[in-house]
Amino acid sequence: MPDATGLELLAGELGDATLETVYFRERAMLVVDPAQIRAVLQTLRTKGYAFMASLHGVDHYPEEPRLGVVYELLDMSRVDRITVKARVPLDAPQIESVTEDWPTANHQEREVYDMFGVVFEGHPDLRRILMPEDYEGHPQRRDFPLGGEPVIFTRDEAKWLEHRE
Amino acid sequence: MEVKRERLGPAGDGSPSTAGQTSLRVERLNAEQMLRGSAIEGPNQATHLEGTELERYVHERVLTTTLDSAVAWARSNSFFPLAFGLACCAMEQFHAAGPRMDIARFGFEAFRASPRQADLIILAGRVSIKMAPIIRRLYDQMLEPKWAISMGACCSSMGVFNNYALVPSDKFMPIDVHVPGCPPRPEALMHGILKLRKLVQNDPDMGWRERYDAVGTEESPTDV
Amino acid sequence: MNPGDGPSLSAYRRQEESIVLAPVEEQLRSDSDEATHELLTLNFGPHHPATHGVLRLLVTLQGEVVRDIKPIVGYVHTGIEKTAEDKAYWKVIPVVERMDYLSYYFNAMAFCGAVETLVEVEVPKRGQYLRVIHLELNRIASHLIWLGTSALDLGAISIFLYCLREREMILDLFEMSSGQRMHTRYFQVGGVIEDIPSGFAKKLREFLKVMPERADEYGAILNSNEIVLQRLRGTCPLDAETLLSLGVTGPLLRAAGNPWDLRKADPYSSYEDFKFKIPVGTVGDNYDRFAVRLAEIYESVRIIEQALDGLPEGPFITEDRKVALPPRHELATSMEALIHHFKLVTEGFRVPPGEAYYPIESPRGELACYVRSDGSSKPARVHMRDPSFVNLQALGPMTTGSYIADMIATTAMLDPILGGIDR
Repeated sequence: MPDATGLELLAGELGDATLETVYFRERAMLVVDPAQIRAVLQTLRTKGYAFMASLHGVDHYPEEPRLGVVYELLDMSRVDRITVKARVPLDAPQIESVTEDWPTANHQEREVYDMFGVVFEGHPDLRRILMPEDYEGHPQRRDFPLGGEPVIFTRDEAKWLEHRE
Repeated sequence: MEVKRERLGPAGDGSPSTAGQTSLRVERLNAEQMLRGSAIEGPNQATHLEGTELERYVHERVLTTTLDSAVAWARSNSFFPLAFGLACCAMEQFHAAGPRMDIARFGFEAFRASPRQADLIILAGRVSIKMAPIIRRLYDQMLEPKWAISMGACCSSMGVFNNYALVPSDKFMPIDVHVPGCPPRPEALMHGILKLRKLVQNDPDMGWRERYDAVGTEESPTDV
Repeated sequence: MNPGDGPSLSAYRRQEESIVLAPVEEQLRSDSDEATHELLTLNFGPHHPATHGVLRLLVTLQGEVVRDIKPIVGYVHTGIEKTAEDKAYWKVIPVVERMDYLSYYFNAMAFCGAVETLVEVEVPKRGQYLRVIHLELNRIASHLIWLGTSALDLGAISIFLYCLREREMILDLFEMSSGQRMHTRYFQVGGVIEDIPSGFAKKLREFLKVMPERADEYGAILNSNEIVLQRLRGTCPLDAETLLSLGVTGPLLRAAGNPWDLRKADPYSSYEDFKFKIPVGTVGDNYDRFAVRLAEIYESVRIIEQALDGLPEGPFITEDRKVALPPRHELATSMEALIHHFKLVTEGFRVPPGEAYYPIESPRGELACYVRSDGSSKPARVHMRDPSFVNLQALGPMTTGSYIADMIATTAMLDPILGGIDR
């Protein structure tokens, strides 16, 4: 992990793209401007972080901007990890897709789209991956209800139905 | 929906049965003749019965014939389960077919891949809303008589995950036996299968169709 | 598939050599009439005889050659991550265990590791060693099911029953230590829930004596089987560079030659105390993937032996009563223990706000858990970075241009677990 000073140096290099740096429990995180995410990731790749371990979403309800996309990068030669987060607001949830530079992002961006509603511009095939194609709503947002059903067994169905009336 | 059941007397109007005098064999023969539609002689005439009432009348009198019980015995001892595993319960289903808890002892080791050749579907695992119509289609493709076992807590009753993504299996298909557990041990699954076997052997007509008054809803190839 | 790479040629094989099979591209190029070579899209529906869960593949075929493959997943999506947001931290463990249902200890380990990072609690040495023993046992169990079901797909049905025989022994051990065969809730935040009982070490040693012999048997059966070799050798290779760009880790990457293993590169939970090797392949074809996983079984046995020999005395869970339940005998004498117990069971412990990402090496690759907490007793976001989900993206590049039969073998060697893919 880049230590705290390494993180600050890195942030300085990225310039105005960095909105915030967080060094928590010995892990470095950069919060960047979503409009420049692709350039930021390319810069980090030249610094050695050539493996994208994970791309996932997080909902910061009720703070705005609400929807965050988290990129976990790994430098295999130095065993170094860094996290990059880009937050987009709910009314403009667009962010550029990085699938061209990082092919591993394909399914993972589709999952973030499916679960949170973040639209990745430039993605080759942006459609729902886990929920049925015609599902409405984005389940993992914090204000989406958990759902669930009461369970009726076949042999109890008559009893349950008459209970309802 | 109202389900009214009443014991039919020999006159078919609910009066207590006075069939003590006539021998059982004669009664059975009369009932069979009635089914065939021919007129019968004797004091116990119930020619005004039709349809399901007639069948119920016959069922009260006609004990399962030797042929029926032979067929039920054969059916119960040779279930062909559908090779169908969804999630963690499928691992325990493998173990039920494995060397220690051998399902082949009972004759059920012929897991068929195609639903057309299977008569028992063991829903092993959680049923998501995307998968439910597919399972329904698989169940519809199976030929009568068919049974369904819901293995595990997730498909029987939502289990650990009572949320937007899952459907209890009773919602879209009729289940005969529910096996609780998360995942149920292979012994528990065997217990469930053996319970189903007993149900098929001893009381073949008390499947869900009889209990639920849905006799006549079986699909036959000519219907489609 | 030219039958030229077997060790010795029988008369039958020599006869076969006289038949010349033109390579696929030549056949297609020579026939310029498009109408006779149309593409067929076949649906390997979610229900199919290959025992890999409800994976749906849309395969576009030209003859028997796969031209394009599109995996469609989501048929066992359970909303685990959303369910986890609704439960106290220690109640999330059983929910998260059911994700990748063959490596349940690994799911629990990743989650507990992430929460331990946030809560800043230290797992005692004995707890770490017990965790390692159970993790490696689970790795062997997962590889056994992989071997059994892959052999089933290739047609070697008896291997399935042999592997289940060993797996029964492992599940007996799990039942001994925690009471459950699968999804045991043995790992808790701060350590393990209970110490191992008194017959466990003896039974484990018996198992460790038997397992390498059995693995030798499986190797002997499969490595000298002509059909298995023909189907696995040289089929669907993919180089390490492409795999890395696709995010693939685990035995698939190691089969292609890159020795990346988190147990060695970034050791967690006392893995640095143990001496073990990393099996690495050369070509990256299906045979290498098979051989790497088979060799990993031996290495896991070695790790468990070392862990059992060096098992230190001491507590098996952290002494921090704000995080871990106090031992039951204390409840009779100490008031604080009672209060801690009550608080932990009803509300659960509170975790300071922050985010943590904890990666470990599961049997399929890098399994990581991302936990974001907002200061309350329930997590605000739990995300499991599942290796099968990312590895599935490699199926396309691996199988395009090969036959259907090779695609089946590749899917088996990819070891996808749909519970992890769909979560």
